[in-house]
Amino acid sequence: MLNVEGLTKQFGGLKAVDDVSFHVEPNTITAIIGPNGAGKSTLFNLIAGALPPTAGRIEFEGRDVTHAPAHEMARLGIARTFQTTHLFEEDTVLDNVIIGHRLRTRSGLWDAVVRSRRHRAEERECRERAYEALRFVGIESLADMPVRLISQEAKKRAAIALGLATQPKLLLLDEIAGGLNPEETQRVMGLIRKLVEHGYTVCFVEHKMHMVMSLADRIIVLHHGRKIAEGTPDEVRRNPDVIEAYLGGAAHAAGE
Amino acid sequence: MKPQVWRRAGVSLLLVLGLALPLVVSNGYYQQVIVLAYIWAIATYGMNIILGYTGLLSLGQAGFFGVGAYTAALLMLKLNWNFWPALLAALVVSLVLGYLVAIVSLRTRGHYFAIFTMAVGVILNLVIDRWNGLTNGEVGLVGVPGPGSIGPVSLDSDLGKYYVVYVFLVVAVWIAWSLRHSLPGRALLAIRNSEDLAEAIGTPVMRFKRLAFVLSTAFAGVAGALFAGYMGYLGPDVTSINMTFNMLLYLLIGGIGSIAGPLLGALIVSFLTQFLQIFQDYQMLIFGPVLVLLIIFFPGGLASVPRLIRRRRARDHAAAVAMAEAAAIEGSGSAKEGA
Repeated sequence: MLNVEGLTKQFGGLKAVDDVSFHVEPNTITAIIGPNGAGKSTLFNLIAGALPPTAGRIEFEGRDVTHAPAHEMARLGIARTFQTTHLFEEDTVLDNVIIGHRLRTRSGLWDAVVRSRRHRAEERECRERAYEALRFVGIESLADMPVRLISQEAKKRAAIALGLATQPKLLLLDEIAGGLNPEETQRVMGLIRKLVEHGYTVCFVEHKMHMVMSLADRIIVLHHGRKIAEGTPDEVRRNPDVIEAYLGGAAHAAGE
Repeated sequence: MKPQVWRRAGVSLLLVLGLALPLVVSNGYYQQVIVLAYIWAIATYGMNIILGYTGLLSLGQAGFFGVGAYTAALLMLKLNWNFWPALLAALVVSLVLGYLVAIVSLRTRGHYFAIFTMAVGVILNLVIDRWNGLTNGEVGLVGVPGPGSIGPVSLDSDLGKYYVVYVFLVVAVWIAWSLRHSLPGRALLAIRNSEDLAEAIGTPVMRFKRLAFVLSTAFAGVAGALFAGYMGYLGPDVTSINMTFNMLLYLLIGGIGSIAGPLLGALIVSFLTQFLQIFQDYQMLIFGPVLVLLIIFFPGGLASVPRLIRRRRARDHAAAVAMAEAAAIEGSGSAKEGA
């Protein structure tokens, strides 16, 4: 589904992402882990089209999308959430999510001003998609609440709902459990499983190891921008390079 | 459907009020204050689209007001055009010029964008001020024709001009309102909220910013043409940066991003300054503190007052929200977590 080959991003003298290759199979969960500053978020930005790569190639569903801008990637079926949810706090949950489906509509300024039939139909459709997405993530009853009143977990769910409203195939979740307590994290993990059960493909960056180990089908480990390991949770857990990267010199801890 | 009925009744009432106003306020001087407030409000609605909706502080608005005003006035004076085609030309010229400025200025962000557009406004003002051969410089243009007449109805009377400007104001509010509640308008709000997120949900950010910018200059251009036709004379002072800051003031007082804001702000500031003239030299001494108090107590502008009241009520419901939320998430989570 997603094919990344030799992807490199250089900021001045720093290679934030250095010759990274991997691919993501449809309907699976891939986790990207690594110590702070390993280049995880940059990798996400490259895949989502928010940053242009210095070198390498990105293919999505067999199509070369290396230089596609972010809004084009969204149209092709990649949705993402951000570390901070970026939702508009003063608006209601529903108003925040309605805009998600706009990319599948065609109404322009003129349709809006003359209230054309197309615009009314598309507005209705956006509303329905938004409710659908909110139902999916389990916060439909909060639709009319201002975002500033809802909990951190509900905000994360709203962010996922916004992504779902764009009708994606692949979801990139950047530390979706960040700032959540263990109980909330557990519930959000349930939601990620639900996403895959419903045919979505998920790729996520996360620091919470128990979440990574119990959710991911495959794990990609980045360190100083390079991919140092890839495999199933069990393979990665035993990989000496990974232990080295996380624990520094204490590589012997592998014996435990 | 009750709120909708109320809203419809309220809007109708306001429309009728606007129609009846010049019949009630027969004092020509006050009529002029009102009409000028309307004209500046139209330009401010444009500023609201780029600043209030899209979150970009564009400070060239008075320059584009001047472009529209001088385009219309010069076409009428030098080429003997009628008011209406001249107004259309003013719209087109400010739109095209706005587009050209948008292409360059939108490459900058934040403060740089504000400074860049301010520079554009200043340059437009200087060109108008110094190009004696074309604009007559500081002396300005006199004898600019009005809207003429449609059939037997003369629009050149005070009453006729009032209704012409009034119709444009209503159209401006209509565009502002329907844009605010439309999908393209939501895209602008998404950009204001977070460009990264807007882009990630498939909004071509640059295209929408350009749309907002061009709309704002078009509003300014039309307002300028109306000004020229209404006043009958035109000087470079209306294109000065001070007028841009006046519009900003209307927005601050009325409410940035709101529908009523620009009109409310323009009317209140206009009447306040008129009223304060009786204090002569001391008027700014009163105007300043009033402004500060307004900003302190209504940071969202006067248009936000109903919202503040609603919000106070909503606070009591916060606990109920938490309960509803817990129930909702608990239910959906456990139902599917059997995996």
